[in-house]
Amino acid sequence: MINNLNILLPEIFLSLSIFTFLMIGVFVKKSFNLIFNLTSLILILAIAMILNSPSYEEKIFLDSFTRDSFSNYFKILILISSLFVLNSSKNFITENKLDKFEYPIIILLSILGMFFMVSSNDLILFYLGLELQSLSLYILASIDRDNLRSSEAGIKYFVLSALSSGLLLYGCSLLYGFTGSTNFDLISNELDQENIGAVFAMVFILVGLAFKISAVPFHMWTPDVYEGAPTSITNYFAVVPKVAGLALLIKFMLIPFSNILLEWQTIIVFISIASMILGATAAIVQKNIKRLLAYSSISHIGYALAGVATGAISGYESAIVYISIYVIMNIGAFSCLYLLKKDGQYKENISELSGISKKHPLLAISFLIILFSLAGVPPLGGFFAKFYVFTAVLEQKMYSLAIIGLLTTVISAFYYLKIIKTIYFDDSVITFETVKNKTAQVSIFLSCSILLTFFLYPSILSNLVNSLFIS
Amino acid sequence: MNFPILSTLIFLPLLSSFFIFLSKDKKNNFGPIYISLFSSIATFLLSLFLWYSLDINTADFQFVEEKSWINDFIKFKLGVDGISILFIVLTTFITPICIISCINSVKNRVKEFLIAILILETFMIGVFCSLDLIIFYLFFEAGLIPMFLIIGVWGGSRRVYSAFKFFLFTLLGSVLMLVAIIAIYWITGTTDVTEIYNIKIPQEYQNLLWLAFLSSFAVKMPMWPVHTWLPDAHVEAPTAGSVILAAILLKMAGYGFLRFSIPMFPFASEFFTPLIYSLSIIAIIYTSLVALMQDDMKKLIAYSSVAHMGYVTLGIFTFTKQGIEGSIFQMISHGLISAALFLCVGVVYDRLHSRLISTYGGLVNYLPKYSFLFLVFALAALGLPGTTGFLGEFLVLTGTFQKSYLAALLGTFGVVLGAAYMLWLSKRVIFGVTTNPEIKTLSDVNKSEIIMLVSLAFLIIFFGFYPVPLMETFGVSVNSLIDNYQLALNSR
Repeated sequence: MINNLNILLPEIFLSLSIFTFLMIGVFVKKSFNLIFNLTSLILILAIAMILNSPSYEEKIFLDSFTRDSFSNYFKILILISSLFVLNSSKNFITENKLDKFEYPIIILLSILGMFFMVSSNDLILFYLGLELQSLSLYILASIDRDNLRSSEAGIKYFVLSALSSGLLLYGCSLLYGFTGSTNFDLISNELDQENIGAVFAMVFILVGLAFKISAVPFHMWTPDVYEGAPTSITNYFAVVPKVAGLALLIKFMLIPFSNILLEWQTIIVFISIASMILGATAAIVQKNIKRLLAYSSISHIGYALAGVATGAISGYESAIVYISIYVIMNIGAFSCLYLLKKDGQYKENISELSGISKKHPLLAISFLIILFSLAGVPPLGGFFAKFYVFTAVLEQKMYSLAIIGLLTTVISAFYYLKIIKTIYFDDSVITFETVKNKTAQVSIFLSCSILLTFFLYPSILSNLVNSLFIS
Repeated sequence: MNFPILSTLIFLPLLSSFFIFLSKDKKNNFGPIYISLFSSIATFLLSLFLWYSLDINTADFQFVEEKSWINDFIKFKLGVDGISILFIVLTTFITPICIISCINSVKNRVKEFLIAILILETFMIGVFCSLDLIIFYLFFEAGLIPMFLIIGVWGGSRRVYSAFKFFLFTLLGSVLMLVAIIAIYWITGTTDVTEIYNIKIPQEYQNLLWLAFLSSFAVKMPMWPVHTWLPDAHVEAPTAGSVILAAILLKMAGYGFLRFSIPMFPFASEFFTPLIYSLSIIAIIYTSLVALMQDDMKKLIAYSSVAHMGYVTLGIFTFTKQGIEGSIFQMISHGLISAALFLCVGVVYDRLHSRLISTYGGLVNYLPKYSFLFLVFALAALGLPGTTGFLGEFLVLTGTFQKSYLAALLGTFGVVLGAAYMLWLSKRVIFGVTTNPEIKTLSDVNKSEIIMLVSLAFLIIFFGFYPVPLMETFGVSVNSLIDNYQLALNSR
């Protein structure tokens, strides 16, 4: 077994770094910058480690931990997005006095939790990973502890999330009771559609997972937490945990629940449609851009779930492509928020964006590209994300899901257009400062260039994702 | 032909818009204007060369370019035939005119305006070149972005409402087309248009797919009752935006019917012909009557556009040689005439900042050259023999008479109404008593306006007397379109 420990190399590496950083944090005064930079380095090294690991499937610890190309893809996506989120928000963190050395360490802890989530092949390990991630996120939500709204967001998230974790755990225990095993492969062999108890367990587990990816009707916490938490944390919330949550959902459909697909599908189709509709309609009235992005993320999760709902490999692939492009768009969108500063304060109201096209034309055009991409207008990257999903949905002849989904894109186009209208059509009310934030600008630039040039080689990403399922 | 001439044609404007983006913002914006003018004229010449070297004796697609694109199953495929080449040339001809017109009419953010126009040109040429449904959809939809910005940023007072209405109406229609396109892919296994022509979509799917395509084309055309976005968009858009909208964007739908709806779904096309006839006739008569009541010049021309597009749909769905040729001719002709009329409105709007008919009157005494040109275009719009407007409507009605007397009769009545609103408009704007003292101080058309208007007037009259170059270009393609349609129906 010790020989096989290299399977866990990235996880071990992350854990050791976390311990070391904690020590540094305790003994070195004002160590935020040091730890922050080291964290970025660790993330890059971890990416390199995962890239270097072999792509065949390996299992360890009584088959409870898997390392395959599927989990590797998600780990790399998590690492890259965390890297961009952290670095583009650094100025924001220091200026808002959030520069406690715990900040990057807790982020690393949550990443570690997500690593175990996407690699788990066992209910216990999966739950441990999920809780490690969730607990870190509770702290992150309330990291601005002197701020009433941030604390409120943290408490709200904690209470609701703990409830959902409880449901999830109950589902896990039911599943263990009915199948006699916690291992995904063994559960998969035991389960069939006759097993009513297991269907109950599935519903509980699904509720827990839907909560974590903020799918309707378990989305209530999302707008409040997004609005209350500091922007840098919201950015992290909007991107990274969604990736891990979706990966887990797909994993559950692939292995333990592969025999009761029909039961899954009905529920996921409902959740998907509900998320798309609610995300599209509720966002229209929002005044705060973070709240709006919360609803937008709900509707995007709805589209990704539409891919999952197909229950076919092509559908899972399209969902993974979708979430990858979603990550790119959201990193860009939030990075734009780091550049909207006036008198030392970051602005969040949509109406205050008016007229930035005059004073900050480059920022405005980037925002424009990202928003049109979020709306799914061709030829930008967001269109291809939706295109893949709906191609997969229509392959399974789920016409109503596709039509409802595409009609909600029209509704959601409306609120993206409203922001564009504020940026381009309205006269400016306030003038933003010219913010020097190289990393955020680089993130925006990369995000925009990927979205703009995606149509040249749209199959690179889908081929990559396709290769995850060939093993 | 190894040189990718179509890709060059499509991406040349995009490339030059990038150079404009890099160019420095000087006071007069001459740099960006010259770059865009130069590139758009180069694109025009290239498209003329394309027209010249096109073999018009075959209905096959020529200059075909193919490149694997999405996962090998969707190809980036371009090609032109006798029908699409004319629309491409129309696009590349109208774009430089729009750029000239913005010298006078666009005062702020000129650079961005030119970029938007050129990007729009790329997408428009792309629509007419694409031989793959996905590529077509991509270009078709992508055009919304620049047009939305053109209306919204440089438009009039109600620009936000109009831009939103334009965007959302079109998007709503198009998403159903996207569903249909993906469904076609799963039915036939390809999105390559020429392959779908050969595979033949099973009859049971055709009606639904046809309706999904109609939902997109009807909005874009626009057909009654989803035409309401057009008057708003036209009124609020800046002159160049209105010109592009009327001259080219509206033609995409007519082109779409010819390229996709009829050859891919012949049974459905036949089945829904009465529906199209009814909608067309309502469009012709109802919107003509509405046009009579307008007090805003741009709105009047917008409603007349809806009526003229009614002839186009009427002609296409006669499936006769005269009808379809008349429709294509009508589209080209309307592209020139409506562009010219919007430019004419733009000319006086730049001077008096009013589009209301009541502001004007008696222009002929003070702006003789302008009045002459305006009358030429007004007469062409009402279908005076000797102009392109006459030939288009005449051919369409000739084709319709072979299929339905009632439709033809009502259509002919629309011609009378057309004459009524255009003549009344001319009477109130050009002739009559000058009540507004400001008109006396107006200057007549300047050089750049003369260039735009005279070149349009020349083409309208030239093709009105000598339509052979156009007719010859699309003749063979139209014949094969009708033959294939009949063949498909007979194979039932």
